[in-house]
Amino acid sequence: MLNRAEVKKIANLSRIEITDAEAEIYSKQLSDILGFVEKLNKADTEQIGPIAHITGARNMVREDRVVEYGRETKARIINNFPEKKDRLDKVKAVF
Amino acid sequence: MIRDLHNKLINQEITSEQLTEDYFSRIEKKDPKIKAYLSLNKEFALDKARAVDKKIKNGETIDLLTGIPCAVKDNICIENLSVTAGSKILENYISPYDATVIKKLRKCDSIFLGKTNLDEFAMGSSTENSAYQITKNPHDASRVPGGSSGGSAAAVSADECVWALGSDTGGSIRQPASFCGTVGLKPTYGLVSRYGIIAMASSLDQIGPIAKSVEDAAIVLTRISGKDEKDATTMRSADTIYENCLMGDVKNLKIGLPKEYFAEEGLDVGVKNLIEKAIKKYESLGAKISEVSLSSAGYALATYYIIMPSEVSSNLARFDGIRYGQSIEKEKNEENFILRDIYFKSRAKYLGKEVKRRIMLGTYALSAGYYDQYYLKAQKVRALIKKEFEEVFKKVDVILGPTAPTPAFRIGEKTANPLEMYLADIYTVTANIAGIPAISIPCGNAKIEGKELPVGLQLMGKWFGEETLLNTAYTFETIQ
Repeated sequence: MLNRAEVKKIANLSRIEITDAEAEIYSKQLSDILGFVEKLNKADTEQIGPIAHITGARNMVREDRVVEYGRETKARIINNFPEKKDRLDKVKAVF
Repeated sequence: MIRDLHNKLINQEITSEQLTEDYFSRIEKKDPKIKAYLSLNKEFALDKARAVDKKIKNGETIDLLTGIPCAVKDNICIENLSVTAGSKILENYISPYDATVIKKLRKCDSIFLGKTNLDEFAMGSSTENSAYQITKNPHDASRVPGGSSGGSAAAVSADECVWALGSDTGGSIRQPASFCGTVGLKPTYGLVSRYGIIAMASSLDQIGPIAKSVEDAAIVLTRISGKDEKDATTMRSADTIYENCLMGDVKNLKIGLPKEYFAEEGLDVGVKNLIEKAIKKYESLGAKISEVSLSSAGYALATYYIIMPSEVSSNLARFDGIRYGQSIEKEKNEENFILRDIYFKSRAKYLGKEVKRRIMLGTYALSAGYYDQYYLKAQKVRALIKKEFEEVFKKVDVILGPTAPTPAFRIGEKTANPLEMYLADIYTVTANIAGIPAISIPCGNAKIEGKELPVGLQLMGKWFGEETLLNTAYTFETIQ
């Protein structure tokens, strides 16, 4: 069971602002889901190692080279900046 | 259907322009009610169609997909077109590049009619989580089309396109295909490049076709699959012509029925009857039917609801209001904001509830003190499930069962309870967890509250066993 304070802590780690009322709702919903996944504890995994993906592939590498993109593509990337100054992405101060 | 249209095009009985115009007029007529599309690409599509007609007139050889109008799920990037992923946070975002699948389809001169609706970031089983609109099931407008590729499945079902691209992380191609009475294929993980799909859970996501026939799905798969240096998990070079593997014969094919799938208490009796009928048909066609056990598959949904949100929490960290998408930064009265406020407030305002739920769930599962209990445990169970499939596939060639426990449910029926919605994926998530290919094909209609609703049959194959899988589906579909 996740209480409201725990939900607020997770929301903080997730970088999402939530209200107390939302924390209340999420506390119930997330607890329900965590209750459901509890059943994994019954699975016997004593003899088995974890896998992160299914292909078994390891260290797939490609050539390390610069790929030049056209002006249009660059302009499109820049146009998607929420705020910009000339061709730079403008952001708020960190502190 | 694709082959028929192709023949008509090369015999110059129809033009691609006419065909494309016809589809746009059908969309104009039907889509105000169905709401399958989020955006249309009319001008470019018609230009492309005219260019194709010129090629045909000049006697150039064309591909099976050339000049054939299709739809694309709106989480797949097409250069210079908007891609929303069904989320407000990407409203007005224009993709600067093509997904690999789109690049491949461009080489075939495919016609892109428009982008289809989906649950926000493909998170959902009904398309009700779209931040833009609710897509209706063409068979009954009071019901959902399934999800998350609900727009693609509804567009194919209502003949608002010839075929469509979808994406499948836990059933998002197969479950809507089942609900809308279409064919839906999730390829083996690693067969189709994921470059240019807006990532949800990277170890589970695959792009695949939703189509009107198994042959159509095979034709599309041939053209979108193959190794791609932009996706390090793609495994094979494109050398199989899947449409040439459809033999229409299942003699001595070994089909396994997982007993756990039929014992599931949520399984609708109408669905169960149709699946049993399908088994009899396969038996009469000479397939060898046997019962198999997938006991650890009972853990698949729980495993999925740890692994998927964990990957989601990481993948969606990029939507922070800084480099692209909607941002609180654009709004006035934010003079005193610092960087941190932009993150917190942009994500709070522009991400939907289900997305936030999954991000928080994943953040929790990966957080200090809980990692071993949740994420590591789920990764181990995933290995267990994979191992079990390896054992079962030593005995059988294909696994058969229902795609979804019920036919299409009503709009609003499951929105209040997220966990209940998750159960709609109980039969489909296993294939994503194990990385195997799976297809949903129509196997008849079940009568529910006086309405005939389509039901899907799910077939699962061995890793990279698409030839056998597609042939098994094709035989069911075509042989009476």
